[in-house]
Amino acid sequence: MTPMEPTGAVRQSAEAAVQASIVVPDVALEHRRQSERRVALAPELVTIRNLKMHFPVIEGALFSKEVARVKAVDGINLTIRKGETLGLVGESGCGKTTTGRCILRLEHPTGGEILFDGKNLVDLDQKSMRALRQKIQVIFQDPYSSLNPRMKIGEIISEPMKVHGTEPNKAARDARVAELLRLCGLDPKFADRYPHEMSGGQRQRVGIARALSVRPEFIICDEAISALDVSIQAQIINLLEDLRDQFGLTYLFIAHDLSVVRHLCHRVAVMYLGKIVELADCDELYGNPLHPYTQALLAAVPVPDPDLERARAHRIVKGEVPSPMNPPRGCVFHPRCPLAVDSCAKIVPEFRELRPGHWVACSVI
Amino acid sequence: MSRLLKIDSLQTHFFSAAGVVKAVDGISFDVNQGETMAIVGESGCGKSVSALSILRLVADPPGRIIGGSIRFQDRDLLKLSDEEIREVRGKDIAMVFQEPMTSLNPVLTIGRQLTETMEQHLDMTRGQAVARAIELLGMVGISDPERRLRQYPHHFSGGMRQRVMIAMALCCEPKLIIADEPTTALDVTVQAQILELMKDLTQRLGVALIIITHNLGIVARYADRVNVMYAGRIIESGTAHDIYHHPHHPYTLALLRSVPRMDQPRRARLDPVQGQPPDLSRLGVGCSFQPRCGFAIARCASQSPPLERIDGGDHLAACFEAHSVAESMARSS
Ligand SMILES: Nc1ncnc2c1ncn2[C@@H]1O[C@H](COP(=O)(O)OP(=O)(O)OP(=O)(O)O)[C@@H](O)[C@H]1O
Ligand SMILES: Nc1ncnc2c1ncn2[C@@H]1O[C@H](COP(=O)(O)OP(=O)(O)O)[C@@H](O)[C@H]1O
Ligand code: SF4
Ligand code: SF4
Ligand SMILES: [Mg+2]
Ligand SMILES: [Mg+2]
Repeated sequence: MTPMEPTGAVRQSAEAAVQASIVVPDVALEHRRQSERRVALAPELVTIRNLKMHFPVIEGALFSKEVARVKAVDGINLTIRKGETLGLVGESGCGKTTTGRCILRLEHPTGGEILFDGKNLVDLDQKSMRALRQKIQVIFQDPYSSLNPRMKIGEIISEPMKVHGTEPNKAARDARVAELLRLCGLDPKFADRYPHEMSGGQRQRVGIARALSVRPEFIICDEAISALDVSIQAQIINLLEDLRDQFGLTYLFIAHDLSVVRHLCHRVAVMYLGKIVELADCDELYGNPLHPYTQALLAAVPVPDPDLERARAHRIVKGEVPSPMNPPRGCVFHPRCPLAVDSCAKIVPEFRELRPGHWVACSVI
Repeated sequence: MSRLLKIDSLQTHFFSAAGVVKAVDGISFDVNQGETMAIVGESGCGKSVSALSILRLVADPPGRIIGGSIRFQDRDLLKLSDEEIREVRGKDIAMVFQEPMTSLNPVLTIGRQLTETMEQHLDMTRGQAVARAIELLGMVGISDPERRLRQYPHHFSGGMRQRVMIAMALCCEPKLIIADEPTTALDVTVQAQILELMKDLTQRLGVALIIITHNLGIVARYADRVNVMYAGRIIESGTAHDIYHHPHHPYTLALLRSVPRMDQPRRARLDPVQGQPPDLSRLGVGCSFQPRCGFAIARCASQSPPLERIDGGDHLAACFEAHSVAESMARSS
């Protein structure tokens, strides 16, 4: 095989690699399922009721008037339990980020309510909101544009602590920065560096450390790993899982990669044109998707196995997502739906619980 | 099948004040007529620079092709005059990029962009070119092509612009299309539409396709042969079946292991590749994957493994421990 014999120590590392590469035993998966069952009984942390975010479209410079409305989020209902990771998936522009921004109060919803620990965020005054904002943090997609290039990593991570006054003392803040960097798999020496001196994966770790600095309960991850390379993605997914277990965090995990969502989430909500069309436990949603749109999404993902892929028929949904400015009447999916019947263009389907915990907005199935 | 393109020891480096970036450092591969070949690897490993090098589109300075040959049919593309390579670009080899907006001219109508190329390269009259443009738009699934011809790129969605790019790529009946991350900016459903369209058209017209992507699922579905790149080199090459079911390079194995998969039971934990890709301006001696490799042996730090045949076949890997890797794969599946 190899002409040169490896030394004992390195040989062992090759052996270890072979050992480590053997698939994780089911015990671990069972452990995970147990935690999922626990989560299912936990109290609700976030409750979203009939949330609407309609953006006005303004035209005219002098006598500007509203000519249309973009229905970015159009009456969605969701609950997220303590300790749960809820996945939110759907095609570009369907309203995932807007939903997250409403929870963060970066947008003022045009309707509905968002309860966090029982308090309605929508009509909370500035002062009480500030106190709550500490408990709700966000990790963005692009770790580059979300970190201030002129600030050192240490300053970036301690900024939320200053804003919320959680660590008034500088020495305590510095100690916490070092602890957070270590927690997120970075050398504490990085505190003195600038964002441009770090790789994408490292910057995303900084974004996570920053979100964690004020000990939040709930973190919105908006495409938090989408911009990263595959090999780095897995590192960050593992980190997010470890932190969730260690601190009992609750996540809203917004993503378009359906395999990552399946790996990480307890429950998954599928969005289309501002509405939630299906919601179910992760295994149920992937094993038994009921809404034609969910089925189309899942069918469109090629899996990394050439033999399987070549044997699989591709039923591809036609067309593209219509503009949210002028969404189709009746069921918003009807122009693309392979199952559509005449009534679909007239009747807005009700969001129904077809099986325990499995909700679908389709009047045909 | 006859050979269309043969790349041999191609090297493209960038020369900057900070040093030399060895973006492509000695890659070799062939593409046969009508075949779909994939180049897969993570960002920055040299996929786009490889593609641009084939058409001599790398900006010089700072980039320069410093070695190797690119034979297309019977000509060495590196020896052609500027005039001749321009002719090849429009006619024999077409390119489809990730972001169609940057490759479409925003102030020209879609129709004009299509007809201009055809008038230039195919000596068509305006009328003939318009008729052909309508036919092409229909072929790539754009409805109402007569009306669409008169519109501008900003009237089109991302998916439709990519369809226009494919129509443009097809208009001079090229023998090879190079698609660099053609669907990375698109949603999964539109991605599937575009890829199926490309597969269907290339098969029907017998056009060869080089598809560049980081998506292992896309490669599995569409590629006949696969080249895996890491740090400016091809580290493994073979049929899709070889690469996915019998990987012989630790990096290929690690890539396959690190992604969560919908075709398999959920795993309790992912198995990431540790560390990060190397800086291409600071590559040392030895194997470029060595700092992240769980299979490394002593010589990996001092010698660079050549890309060699596995068991005398068409499957190639650049690893001193290729057989341990294969064993590990076999044991775990
Ligand atoms: N401030 C705004 N004014 C007007 N329209 C907006 C505004 N913010 C978002 N929109 C529109 O609302 C819709 C939903 O946008 P949103 O960013 O929530 O989508 P998304 O699901 O996060 O998409 P992506 O997957 O691309 O991130 C889009 O059509 C978008 O153009
Ligand atoms: N114009 C340039 N100047 C300097 N370096 C470049 C330039 N273009 C690309 N590179 C470098 O070449 C390497 C390969 O880039 P590229 O081929 O674009 O990667 P990818 O595999 O993501 O397509 C990277 O290290 C990149 O930074
Ligand atoms: S209601 Fe009709 S159009 Fe909507 S998803 Fe169901 S079948 Fe399709
Ligand atoms: S040559 Fe050595 S370091 Fe490189 S991939 Fe093979 S075992 Fe790993
Ligand atoms: Mg978004
Ligand atoms: Mg590229």
